[in-house]
Amino acid sequence: MHFEFDIEAGDFSKVGYASSQLKKIMKQLVGDHKIVKRVVVALYEAEVNVVAHAYSGKVIIDINTDKIEIKVNDKGPGIPDIQLAMQEGYSTASEQVREMGFGAGMGLANIKNNTDEFYIKSEVGVGTSLTIIANLITE
Amino acid sequence: MKVLDILDKLGLELVSGKSGLDREITGGYVSDLLSDVMGNSKEGQVWVTLQTHKNVMAIASLKDLAAVILVNGFKPDDDMAKQSEEEGVPVLRTKERTYEIAGKLYELLK
Repeated sequence: MHFEFDIEAGDFSKVGYASSQLKKIMKQLVGDHKIVKRVVVALYEAEVNVVAHAYSGKVIIDINTDKIEIKVNDKGPGIPDIQLAMQEGYSTASEQVREMGFGAGMGLANIKNNTDEFYIKSEVGVGTSLTIIANLITE
Repeated sequence: MKVLDILDKLGLELVSGKSGLDREITGGYVSDLLSDVMGNSKEGQVWVTLQTHKNVMAIASLKDLAAVILVNGFKPDDDMAKQSEEEGVPVLRTKERTYEIAGKLYELLK
């Protein structure tokens, strides 16, 4: 199954739309599975990152029998130092974003901790691409 | 224990999400950092916070939390209350500070 969602940057009222849709779809497919909870957390955090930092973004979800693969591609400023951005607590979020309780520097770590494979590519001035993979079959 | 029980026992005011009053409570989580709640809260917990915007409900719903308690007499933004109704996740409020209400909730649930 293949799904795509657009993410509007700067609009926090719509954060969580793609992850909420994914949760509904996954619940129908696999029921109340631990992997659903994890992958939904990862996608939510990725949505927040696009809204907080980028200019626009797209979520592409492919669900297969053995795994779910999510790509989150944005057009935006990019990340100059990915290693630094991955450090828990490091954040470049604006004051306004922090006041809402976002921007604690936990987003990328939350994504990594809730997926089986996580890849991040970024080019300064162009954008950032995440690939999130969660295995549906654990044994 | 259900959300309805803590409403009574802690003297909370129900703001929205009445349809979720029979949700079962497994514990509590106290935080105003959304990523912290996203990463560390568990299904069935009651979330105590001072954040009053819509994203609180997105997280509460995605994490299957039992309810949200707003402290310091805060009221939810209109779109937060609306989403609480839609998702059936109750928003409760108290005039008490986080420390007091979290302490009482802990005593009640332990």
